Amino acid sequence: MVETLVMQAFNGISLSSILFLAAIGLAVTFSLMHVINMAHGEFIMVGAYTAYVVQGAFSGFGDAFGLYVPVAIVMSFVVAAALGAVVEKLIVSRLYGRVADSLLVTWGLSLVLQQLARNLFGSANVGVEVPSYLAGSFEIGGIALPYTRIWILVIALACLLGVYLFMFRTRFGRTVRAVMQNRPMAAALGVNTRRVDAITFALGSGLAGLAGCTLTWIGLVGSGLGQNYITQAFMTVVVGGAGSVFGSVFGAGFIGIGQSIFEFLTDASLGQALIFLAVILLLQFRPKGIFAVSSRSLEDE
Amino acid sequence: MALTQSSKTQRNRLVLAFVIFAMLAVVPAVLPLFRTTLIARFMCYAVVALGLDMIWGYTGIMSLGHGVYFGLGAYCMAMYLKLAAAGGGIPDFMQWSGFDALPAWWTPFANPAFAFAMVVLVPVVVSVAVGLLTFLHNIKGVYFSILSQALALIMSVLLVGSQQYTGGSNGLTDFDTILGAPLASSATKVALYYVTLAVLVAVFALCFFLVNRRIGKIFMAIRDSENRVRFTGYNTAVFKVFVYALSAAVAGIAGALYVSQVGIITPADVGVAPSIEMIVWVAIGGRGTLVGAVIGALLTSGVETVASETFPDLWNYLLGLVCIVVVLFLPGGLMDLPRVPARVRAWLNRSHTGGAGSLALAASCPADVAAVNVDPAFDGAPAMQPAPSPAFSDDSSDERDPASSGAHAPTAGQTSSDSASASRKEA
Repeated sequence: MVETLVMQAFNGISLSSILFLAAIGLAVTFSLMHVINMAHGEFIMVGAYTAYVVQGAFSGFGDAFGLYVPVAIVMSFVVAAALGAVVEKLIVSRLYGRVADSLLVTWGLSLVLQQLARNLFGSANVGVEVPSYLAGSFEIGGIALPYTRIWILVIALACLLGVYLFMFRTRFGRTVRAVMQNRPMAAALGVNTRRVDAITFALGSGLAGLAGCTLTWIGLVGSGLGQNYITQAFMTVVVGGAGSVFGSVFGAGFIGIGQSIFEFLTDASLGQALIFLAVILLLQFRPKGIFAVSSRSLEDE
Repeated sequence: MALTQSSKTQRNRLVLAFVIFAMLAVVPAVLPLFRTTLIARFMCYAVVALGLDMIWGYTGIMSLGHGVYFGLGAYCMAMYLKLAAAGGGIPDFMQWSGFDALPAWWTPFANPAFAFAMVVLVPVVVSVAVGLLTFLHNIKGVYFSILSQALALIMSVLLVGSQQYTGGSNGLTDFDTILGAPLASSATKVALYYVTLAVLVAVFALCFFLVNRRIGKIFMAIRDSENRVRFTGYNTAVFKVFVYALSAAVAGIAGALYVSQVGIITPADVGVAPSIEMIVWVAIGGRGTLVGAVIGALLTSGVETVASETFPDLWNYLLGLVCIVVVLFLPGGLMDLPRVPARVRAWLNRSHTGGAGSLALAASCPADVAAVNVDPAFDGAPAMQPAPSPAFSDDSSDERDPASSGAHAPTAGQTSSDSASASRKEA
C-alpha cells in the first residue's frame, strides 16, 4: 500500500518534471512576447534528434561512450537555441501583436520541421542508447525508482534554478521582466526590446531542446515527439498563468500529479479527460491562470 | 463612402459564391463518380469552414477544437449507419470486444430521425456547455484557443480509449445502407452529393444573412473590441455562446454528411491536427468573408488530394509554407489577392518618395511600433498611434486594434474595412 502510494507520488512528480521542462521555454516566450509558438514541440524534437546524433557520434568511443550525455545536453540546447534565433529573426519578429496569426504561422513551421525530420532521419522512430550509469533503478524498500526519471527531475530543478537566476539575478533578466510588464514603457526607457525578444526566444527554444534531450532517455525519438507534449505544455502555461515562471512549476505540478492520480483511479484516457475538466474548473476562478500577474489594464492579453 | 464600398464588396462576394455553387452543381454531370464523391467531401469541409469563419473571422474566437463537433456529428451518424448495417444485431467491433447486447445508449440510434437530431443536438449541447464554462467567466483569446485544442486532444483520447463503444483507433466503418438506400450505388452517391451542396448553400445563406444583420455587426464589434461592446450594454457572452453553438451545429452536420460519403470516421479525423487544419482553410481563403472560407476549404483540400497522390512528402512542406507565407504577407487570405498590386504600388511609391524615412524607421524597430500599436493601455488614444507603417504592416494591427486599422481603412485589409463600416453604421 505504502509502496503504491510512493510509486504514484513519484510518477506524478516525474510527469510534472517532464511537463515543466517542456513548458518552461513556452512560458518564457509566451509571457514575454504573447506569441503562441505551435512549433515549440518541434524544438523539443530538434533537441531529441540532436541527442540522437551526438549519441551516434560517441558510439565508437568504447568506454568513453557515457560521456556523450553532458555533450548531448549542451548540444541540444545550443542547436535548438540557434534554430530558435533563426526562426525569431525570419518569422516571429514579424508577428508581434498578432497572436492568432503567430499560432498559424508557427503551426505551418511545425509541419515543415516534422516533414524535414522524416526526410532526414526516416519516418521510423529511433532509440537512443542510455549509458550504463543511467540504466537501472534506485531501489529502496521494494520500490524501484528509475535513474533516468530521477535525473530528469534533477535537470528540471536545475533548469528552474537557472531560469530563476537568469531572470532575477542578472541585469538582462531584469530588462526581460521589465519588457514583460510594460513593453512600451521599457522601450521608452531605452531597453532594446527587439534584442530582448530575440535572445529570450532563443533561450526558450534552447530549453525546449534540452527537454527533448531528456525525453530520449524515456522513449523513442520520432518526428511526432513534440506533438505528444505540446498540448499539455500549453495547458501547463495556461494553468500557471502567463508571465510567471513559478506559475509553470505550479501548472506542471497540478497537471502532472493530478493526471497521475486520475489515471491511477480510473484509466489512462479517462484520467486525461478528468484533468482537463479540472483545469477548466480551475480557470473558472482564475481565468488568466493561478499566478497571473495582476494588472489594472482592461484588455490585458 | 465606406458603407457603399462595403455593400459593393458584399455583392461581389455573393456573386463569387454563386459562381462557385453553380460550378459545384454541374460536377456530377461532368466528373466521374469517384471525383464527385471526393468533391462532396471537400464540400463538407467547406461547411465546417463557414462555421469557423463565423466564430473566428467575424467574432474573433479562435477555436482549435472544431474537430470535436465535426466528430460528434460524424460519430452520431456513424452509429446509425453501423446499426443499419448490423441489421438488428450488434456491430462487428462490439462482437469482437465480447458484447452480446447493444449498450443502452446505442439503441436509440437505430432510429434515423433520432440519429439525425443528435447530429445537431449533441454538438450544440457540448458547445453550449463549453461556451458557458469559458465565455461566461471571461476565459478568452489565447486561453480559449488552448483549451479548445485540449478539448480536441481529449476527444481523440477518449475515442481511442473506449474501444468497445467507439471502435477505438479503427473508428467506425463498413456501412451498408442509409435510409434503406445502398451507400455503394451511384444514385445514392449523387443524391448525397446534392444534399451536401444544398446544405452548403443553406449554411452559406444563413451565415450571409446573419453577418449582414445587426447581430453580425455585434459579432464584428466583439471581435474588434469586446470591452466596448460590453460597456455599450451588450452581454457579449450570450452572443459568443450563440455563435459558438451555431458553428458547432454546422460542424456536426458536416461531420454527418462526411461519414455518410467517405464511409469511415476515426479519431485521427477529429483530433488536434485536423482541427487546426480547419482553421488554416479559413486563414488561407480569407477570414471574415464567408466565401473565402469556402474557397479555402475547397482549394486546400483539393490541392492536398492532388499533391498527396503524386508527391506525398511534398504536401506537408507545401501546406506549411503556404500557411507561413499567406499569414505573414497576405493576412486577408486569397480574398485579398486583388488588392496586392495596389499595395505593392503604394509600397513602391512610399519608398521612392518622402516616405522613405518612415519606412526605415519602421523597419528598424517593427516590434516596438507594433507593440505601441496594439498595446491596450493606449487603446483609443490617437496621439500615441504611430505613423502609418509600410504596406504589409498596415494589416498587422487588424486583429487587435480597431482604432488604428479603422484609420487606415482605405488601404487596409478587408476585415478592417468591414469593421470600419460596422462602427460607422453603429455610430
